[in-house]
Amino acid sequence: MAQQSDGIGGLKYDKSKKAWPNEFNIFIALILIVAIFEALGQILPYMNGQSFLFDTQDRFDTIFNEARLRIIILQVAIIGIISLGVTQVIISGGIDLSSGPLVAATAMIVMSFAQTELVNGNPNPKAVFGPWAFDLPIIVPIIVGLAFGAMIGAINGTFIAFTRIPPFIATLGMFLICRGIAQWWTRGQPVSFPTEAYAWIGSGMMPVIWFILLAILCHVLLRYTVYGKHTYAIGSNEDAARMSGINVKRHKVLVYMIASMLAAFAAIVLSSKNLTAQSGMGLFYELFAIAMAVIGGISLTGGRGSIIGTVLGAMVFGVIQSGFTYVKLDAYFQLMAMGAIIIGAVVLDQWRQQRAASRS
Amino acid sequence: MSGIELHDMGDIILETRDLTKHYGGVHALEGADFILRKGEHVAIMGDNGAGKSTFVRQITGVEQRTRGEVIFDGHPVHFDGPLDARKAGIEAVFQTLALADHLDVPDNLFLGREKTFMNWLGPFRFLDYKGMRQDTLDALQKTGVKIPNIRNTIQNMSGGQRQCVAIARTASFHSKLTIMDEPTAALGVQETAQVENIIRTLKEQGEPLILISHNMRQVMDLVDRIVVFRRGRIVANLNRDETDGQDVVAYITGAKTQPEYDVEGVT
Repeated sequence: MAQQSDGIGGLKYDKSKKAWPNEFNIFIALILIVAIFEALGQILPYMNGQSFLFDTQDRFDTIFNEARLRIIILQVAIIGIISLGVTQVIISGGIDLSSGPLVAATAMIVMSFAQTELVNGNPNPKAVFGPWAFDLPIIVPIIVGLAFGAMIGAINGTFIAFTRIPPFIATLGMFLICRGIAQWWTRGQPVSFPTEAYAWIGSGMMPVIWFILLAILCHVLLRYTVYGKHTYAIGSNEDAARMSGINVKRHKVLVYMIASMLAAFAAIVLSSKNLTAQSGMGLFYELFAIAMAVIGGISLTGGRGSIIGTVLGAMVFGVIQSGFTYVKLDAYFQLMAMGAIIIGAVVLDQWRQQRAASRS
Repeated sequence: MSGIELHDMGDIILETRDLTKHYGGVHALEGADFILRKGEHVAIMGDNGAGKSTFVRQITGVEQRTRGEVIFDGHPVHFDGPLDARKAGIEAVFQTLALADHLDVPDNLFLGREKTFMNWLGPFRFLDYKGMRQDTLDALQKTGVKIPNIRNTIQNMSGGQRQCVAIARTASFHSKLTIMDEPTAALGVQETAQVENIIRTLKEQGEPLILISHNMRQVMDLVDRIVVFRRGRIVANLNRDETDGQDVVAYITGAKTQPEYDVEGVT
């Protein structure tokens, strides 16, 4: 029984009536999945009683298997950054398929502005531009990358908002265009040997730090600002949003720009981490980013989802990937199982939504 | 009828002259001359297809009229869309509700006009949740709307609660003219009473209203004047105090037509 309130007609904000947050379910799912892998480690005969999560061999001072945790977080951090943007796009009722190739194109372009002149005393063998582009301050490649991302996002958003092309088609086109740009930039040659400062961006655990910082920023944007409220409103009921005086078209352009800038930043981190950029980079990233958001409880019809959910979705994604390797599942089966899990997550979520709807 | 001069409308908030809408060969609305005074509540009645909703759609810019004039607040107006009309001060609650299902009551009430702080952040300015929640409670209390928990999302609410939120939203805008198209059509007894309370509140505040309704009791209870449509034409303009239900029904069904509206083509 909810607490009785003293306002007229029960008009009081009643915390006890607040719905069970969806994110909590994903968190429970995350714990369950870890427990399953832990159990598999004990049950499967070829695992010799290894532990998934805990450190049983005293390699570290902590009780957890720090190496595995690090790998899990590091693995999802970069796609996770993309996923933060994809989440906003999907909440606004759209979809962005272009983020993977955008990562490749941005990485190629950015890396060209981040090259160092001398590699072990020899001239840089992978130089794209002339001497003017060597050893530029770190801010140059970052600005170039973000500007390129913003441009691609603006094109995506403008087409979707002003020509009524379905987001799926517009970003599918951009998917091919960006992959083309990535290959055309150096005619397929990789771009390598960045400056030391640039290499710092993605070194060690830096991708995780960027992911966490950007996740907090995006969470604040979506939850506490007008931008976020309008993003949800447009995804929930575009006509209502328009009728309320929200500039829906301009807002859509803004959402796609932010998403593409996040993907561009992911490209900067990834190329810095790999110390090279290749035109084939970011394969399946757009789909994995969407999958993280979907596991995180986002609604593909818009209006529902959160950054916390997506971050948890990314963790689930990473744990499953790491767990499959841990139980020595063949790489072929890993992709298949991943696909099945994504479908399962959506089915489960829809079933839960229907149940919630019929209860009220 | 057209002795009133343009731009000199006195206490008239809305006037239509010869307002006409044809859909191809269908004459959905024909030569509607209509006047609404400030603070006045007028009901529009008529059978299905009589032209009531068509009439409202021409005023609110949902559709573009074939012919005629709409004069609102002293100016001839031509709204390109409902947003235009809303900006000019005409608030309409339509049969299909314009609420965002995934947002809660304060979010919907303040959609597009949020209370914010740190406004220098532009589109990223922060929302004043506390202020909006308080104002929502005040607005709902003033209109007597009962919603158990305002933090509930619209999708978890009953049809009546949704309608109440939509109407409370409209009422809280302090618009120059409110139009409600069958606001209680799908509601239960209690919810209907709530909506009627909101309408009475609007009357007390002196805000003019056009109410489309099939509910005779409701109309007789709430409005000052009843305008009857039949076959796309206005056939009667009745003061509530000088008429009764049977009389109105006679006009609706076509048994009677007021002499000044008795034009050729209306039988």
